[in-house]
Amino acid sequence: MLKKTLVALALGGALMGAGQAMAADYAIDKQGQHAFVNFKISHLGYSWLYGTFKDFDGSFSFDAAKPQDSKVNVTLNTTSVDTNHAERDKHLRSDDFLNVGEHPTATFASTAVKSTGDGTADITGDLTLNGVTKPVVIAAKFIGEGKDPWGGYRAGFEGSTMLKLKDFDIQKDLGPASQEVELIISVEGVRK
Amino acid sequence: MQWRNSSSHYGLVSILMHWLVAVAVFGLFALGYWMVGLDYYSGWYKTAPDLHKSIGLLLFAVMLGRVLWRWMSPPPASLPNHGRVTRLASKLGHSALYLGLFVLMIAGYLISTADGRGIAVFGLFEVPATLTSIPDQEDVAGLVHEYLGWALVIFAGIHGLAALKHHFIDRDRTLMRMFGR
Repeated sequence: MLKKTLVALALGGALMGAGQAMAADYAIDKQGQHAFVNFKISHLGYSWLYGTFKDFDGSFSFDAAKPQDSKVNVTLNTTSVDTNHAERDKHLRSDDFLNVGEHPTATFASTAVKSTGDGTADITGDLTLNGVTKPVVIAAKFIGEGKDPWGGYRAGFEGSTMLKLKDFDIQKDLGPASQEVELIISVEGVRK
Repeated sequence: MQWRNSSSHYGLVSILMHWLVAVAVFGLFALGYWMVGLDYYSGWYKTAPDLHKSIGLLLFAVMLGRVLWRWMSPPPASLPNHGRVTRLASKLGHSALYLGLFVLMIAGYLISTADGRGIAVFGLFEVPATLTSIPDQEDVAGLVHEYLGWALVIFAGIHGLAALKHHFIDRDRTLMRMFGR
């Protein structure tokens, strides 16, 4: 009896272990910086302005067979905003925009992942930006996975979502064409 | 009135530069305070900072001229009725105004040139960037520029009040000397 129970426990444990191993955990490749958090906003309706956040980190778990079990967490340093123009970056850090003095970090934590087709998914999660937490949906696309040439295993995604500046308490009005910003996240993870 | 300072009177060059700098300092403060609150669609949104930077850089040149002129033609001696404390306070006060103004202008320059861009002066010529590698340069320089800007106008206001005190309370020539009397 005891023996049987032990065997069952051991087997169960092994299966659970196997189940956990299926959805592999990945760390965003910060070391090699194969990861980008970019944004894109209209300037007056005449052109696109691109910017990036240089300093962020995070992780995700992913199993191609069970995308709905995937999870993503990203923490971002809002001070690291860079639009290739020092005066503008200073302005973006001020309380007209990101208010980095009071809110130096932004975070995204997924709450649900829904497959929407072959290699695409809607990642719902809580985005905290400028001290405001709101649910957002990131339309994500699986790019690829496999062994890298240096003994590791990698998987990569790209996703984007539209944010209304007002929703995140961003005060400056940039005009009717610039009420929304597109956030574009492109990350490669190295399997832990 | 003569151009150069004498042992008892200020000359025209010192007087003109003093009042030019006074007008520029208060004007730049007002312009700076006003421009940072402008609406993005205001016609001044781009023009006002360009003016602020152009005038500021010319002011830097004038201030260099002032320092040079102080050396070439030293200011008149203190008035005989000024005691040791008054003389020391005025020396320290004037040094602080000079030093504060230079640091303020340099900080302003370091904001705009932090990414290697030069500053166009009235579209006529460009002052190139030099220092670009101070960590968080535009933010650090921005804070220095903002706080020192406030400190300097307050201090310049005290400087003006002190001159009025000499004129109306002590009834001496301190203020009138800056008008060439």
